[in-house]
Amino acid sequence: MPKSKLFAGFAEAVAGIPDGSTIAFGGFAGPGTPFNLIRALLAQGARNLTCVSNTTGGAHQPRMPDIGMLVENGQVRKVVCSFTAATRPTDVLPFARFLEAGQVEAELVPQGTLAERLRAAGSGIPAFYTPTGVGTEIAEGRETRNFNGREHLLEHALPVDYALLRACQADEAGNLRYRLAQRNFNPVMAMAARTVLVEVEEELLPAGAMDPDAVHTPGIFVHRLVRIPPPPDGLWPARRLERAR
Amino acid sequence: MSGTETKGWSRQQMADRLAAEFEDGWIVNLGVGIPTLCSNTDTGDRDVVFHSENGVIGYGPVLPEGQEDLHLVNAGGQNVSLRPGAAIVHHADSFAVIRSGRIDATVMGAYEAASNGDFANWKVAVNAKGGGIGGAMDLAACARRVFLLLEHTTRRGAPRLVRRCALPVTARRVVTLVATNYGLFKPEGEGFRVLELAPGLTLDEARAATGAPLAA
Repeated sequence: MPKSKLFAGFAEAVAGIPDGSTIAFGGFAGPGTPFNLIRALLAQGARNLTCVSNTTGGAHQPRMPDIGMLVENGQVRKVVCSFTAATRPTDVLPFARFLEAGQVEAELVPQGTLAERLRAAGSGIPAFYTPTGVGTEIAEGRETRNFNGREHLLEHALPVDYALLRACQADEAGNLRYRLAQRNFNPVMAMAARTVLVEVEEELLPAGAMDPDAVHTPGIFVHRLVRIPPPPDGLWPARRLERAR
Repeated sequence: MSGTETKGWSRQQMADRLAAEFEDGWIVNLGVGIPTLCSNTDTGDRDVVFHSENGVIGYGPVLPEGQEDLHLVNAGGQNVSLRPGAAIVHHADSFAVIRSGRIDATVMGAYEAASNGDFANWKVAVNAKGGGIGGAMDLAACARRVFLLLEHTTRRGAPRLVRRCALPVTARRVVTLVATNYGLFKPEGEGFRVLELAPGLTLDEARAATGAPLAA
């Protein structure tokens, strides 16, 4: 039988993450976001981090642990995101203050390019070309190449030290299943990382109890599992409040 | 955005008008903001599959409070329903669908739409630090048609339909159609063609609120 990858708690799972790590955080607009692991990382205090995620968070209420909080906590050197500002010009993220003051660096990446850079890193592909972003500000000074009469941008793989993820179901071997829109970046981040930590919603299954045909992320990519306790101890997604218009 | 702009179509009417352009069998990506309202439109006999950048293929209307599934969101983070035949993929596969040209139309919000087919929707000011690209650049570069849904003017009354974008563009020469509260417009190089005006609006009113020539 494989050795169980279950850890006792979130603090134990994040304990060894050193300063200077590059960490990918799963999640898109709530589902699949490792709220509990982020909260544990806030308490653990690792600094000088590079954080890879879709957004910096902070645009919605109730606010859940997000990358912006790690920035506000002085733990982040750089973020790599497809949003470093709110989607509405009238919303101002707490993150914006740190960016404007030069207290954090930001690399803004189109979302499909971000996903593909992670996928490439997890697939042994060092770089690739994409038509995305050609003719825009993000293409300035970049290497381009013409394929089939169309200009493409060179993009590099984005390997990470750690991935912090959330899944619906796991077995002791680390095989994962996501539910609905919870999947998002999680599978590609798992493959792009050297060490993968997962908070799991359902009770852990024994190895052999999950149908191999139904596995979304194979356990060989997964290292530490933590079961999310029921609220209020564990953090669960809440319905996002509509903002006043 | 402002709720004071009452001229012409409501946001849902704008979305409905643009959704009337969707053809049977199309795969349509809906972006954040007004475009999410298109999934509430009844497309009748036309079989249209809505794709969301987060890997949801085949979703339907936003669900009322109490009926939501918190594991299921569209690009705007709204809790939506699934239609029969829906499928879920991860982010890299979702953008593979986009880059490989399988999206028949993408519907996006924008700050500016230019008559030369450029548009801007990721940075609120030329000198802004940070921005919100999301999936917009991938979609704009790779979808077969780019449809924009936006208010015709800014809160201060400045035109959003212009000859050339002042803001950093999301993609160049890609816009197919633009629906605003004033009507439906097609970029044609140095100006826009008016395909339809919202009820109660005259061509002169539309011209006064547009930063590019309008041809009837």
